Amino acid sequence: MDYRDSPAEAEFRARLRTWLADHDPGLPTSSTDDDYWAQQAEWHTALYDAGFFGLSWPGRYGGHDLPPVFDVILDQELAAAGAPPRPSLGYLVQGITTHGSDDIKDRFLPGLISGRERWCQGFSEPDAGSDLASLRTTASHDGDDYVINGHKIWTSYSDVADWCFLLARTDPDVPKHKGISAFAVPMHQPGIEQRPLRMINGITTEFGQVLFDGARVASENMIGAPGEGWRVAMTIVSHEREPGELGFVARYAKTVDDVEKEVRADPTTFRPDQLDEVAWAFVQAEMLRLHVCRRLSERLDGIQHGPGGSVDKLLMTWVEQTVGAAALAVSGPRAALDTEDVPLKVYLYSRAQSVMGGTSQVQKNIVASRVLGLPAP
Amino acid sequence: MDTRDTPEQAELRRAARQLARELGPATVADLDDGARAKRLTGAVHDAGWLELRQDGGGGPVASGVESAIVADALGGAVADVAFTGPALAADLSRRAGCGATDSAVVGFAPNLIDPAVVPGRVAATPIYAVDAAEHVDVASVLVPTGPDYRLAQVQLDGPAEGADLTRVIRRIPAGASLADVHDQRRLLTHDDVAHWSALGLALTSADLVGLMRGVLDITVPYASERRQFGVPIGSFQAVQHLLAEARCLMEGSLSAALYASWAVDELAPDEACAAGRVAKAYCARAARTVCETAVQVHGGIGNTWECMVHVYLRRAVLSSQWFGDDGEQLLQIQRTRLGVDTPAAPSSGRPPGPAAPSSGRPPGPASG
Repeated sequence: MDYRDSPAEAEFRARLRTWLADHDPGLPTSSTDDDYWAQQAEWHTALYDAGFFGLSWPGRYGGHDLPPVFDVILDQELAAAGAPPRPSLGYLVQGITTHGSDDIKDRFLPGLISGRERWCQGFSEPDAGSDLASLRTTASHDGDDYVINGHKIWTSYSDVADWCFLLARTDPDVPKHKGISAFAVPMHQPGIEQRPLRMINGITTEFGQVLFDGARVASENMIGAPGEGWRVAMTIVSHEREPGELGFVARYAKTVDDVEKEVRADPTTFRPDQLDEVAWAFVQAEMLRLHVCRRLSERLDGIQHGPGGSVDKLLMTWVEQTVGAAALAVSGPRAALDTEDVPLKVYLYSRAQSVMGGTSQVQKNIVASRVLGLPAP
Repeated sequence: MDTRDTPEQAELRRAARQLARELGPATVADLDDGARAKRLTGAVHDAGWLELRQDGGGGPVASGVESAIVADALGGAVADVAFTGPALAADLSRRAGCGATDSAVVGFAPNLIDPAVVPGRVAATPIYAVDAAEHVDVASVLVPTGPDYRLAQVQLDGPAEGADLTRVIRRIPAGASLADVHDQRRLLTHDDVAHWSALGLALTSADLVGLMRGVLDITVPYASERRQFGVPIGSFQAVQHLLAEARCLMEGSLSAALYASWAVDELAPDEACAAGRVAKAYCARAARTVCETAVQVHGGIGNTWECMVHVYLRRAVLSSQWFGDDGEQLLQIQRTRLGVDTPAAPSSGRPPGPAAPSSGRPPGPASG
């Protein structure tokens, strides 16, 4: 057990720190400001071009073949510099790597990792949320293509995406989990309509609805075999639940740092309960940082956590919501007076964490049945 | 960076858990089985675990990680054997350059947070010897000497007491006289005491992690077996979600506690204490929730003396208070990180103000 940097890790950390000193784009927090998303593509490509993104992914696809714990260093240094978090797309990389053919991997991974091609994820539908397998979007074979019809929702960043990682029903005559396939659908074509959603904290660039009305995708863009879509989806969502894959630790550390700075400026103006909330938010964020260190270290043994990702998702959710609550507590009456109050926005955004990527209730069902082995309801 | 156990650490973890499971109490009645407890004490002694913090030449025999591995294993089986107390005594003696001895335990102030500090020749307050082995007859206390401390000893003659049914606390009434320690080669600095406290925070945190794992190991099977309405109660989502949350709290606690155990010997005293405080704050709050969940899931029987879960909960009460509970850690974090200038901690160890952290708020927001 050793939490110190190895020589290679120390060298990487120093190089990253130097680069960040000159290249912090000064973007606002991703969860509270539309301006972040307007410039996020530039941040992604800048981070990638400097050699600081895609650290643990295969060099063949533009990654660096480094051990997963390098992402811990990346998150730490981004937070310390007050820079934006790393782009959260590791789960799509895992999905394509696990299920895609060599052709699919060669075609799509380099652009996804470098940020030259932007992606969104078309899973949820208005009537298929927690019950994802009941999705009704269809993909019908037509010559060399499939034709897509359906309605996706909670599709993050769909308005800037070049590609959609889409789940659609290709066989309506088999049980619901077996008739789904996954595709890389080009987003720039007729037959796709975007409808942005405004979140409770006011931002409009995070979520959207996407309507597919006769959009086309080439058969060769299927990811995995026909009917393999559910397994593809499970690979993706299990990784989407892992804070080590998402890089959110940096976002939480930065928020805690901002809140602590405000308190330090004049601690006497805060009540003991407010101070407790801030100290507890620090404890929670630090716990999650250390938890990610442990999980990414365990990957060195080849351990993939599967349902354990639901444990991590619940921990991450509690951390985000504790940090959000601390921001709200410290803001006090400002949060009530100013609709643009950043802590208010951080707090409001934090409520989504127990829904996105699978609700906390679904995560607890998974932990109960697949981690604890409790009997089925 | 690699937080995995080395092969030796993994082997120690396996061996310690096996020994604790085999010789620890499986039932409340087992706590009265003196022959079993004696075998457990002998096995811990023979394994050499009580020597881990003794002088190994330029440092302890083994790092804080190894000691925490043992503390975690013993907590997991609510093993009724002295370990953390002797480890802390050995560590303090080593820092003071005293010869190795297993006949002393460290005396604590009534807040159970600080080592007993006695200016003069007579103790003005009671002193508490926590987790003293049966044969131990003296407690070490600190005597201010300029900015540093020398060690002195008081005789243990009071009865054993305390909520924890698996570890002994001996209370030394106020007015005890100090005896000199003659083999101390170095005065203890403030940093020495801070570093030693970091070990205390790490070991009590590790004990709490073990308690959470152990109590879940008996509660999850119980929920699968106990039937109501014709089905196992563990098939109800309401029960499943309580246990799922408890499992998450245990995993998060382990991640924080591992780092604290590594920090003891690898980081400067203030950094090691900071790591210990994070771990202790999280583990103390989590263990309270997890043990309470275990009582709840066991239902009526969980509220009886014969059910093992209160043995875990009681031990968690002591491990939380020893070196300070979650509220105390948050107070210290406010001082170091937020620049809060609060008066000395009240004697209860609780922070002032309306939101005493153990007032029922679990580590995870209840709504999430």
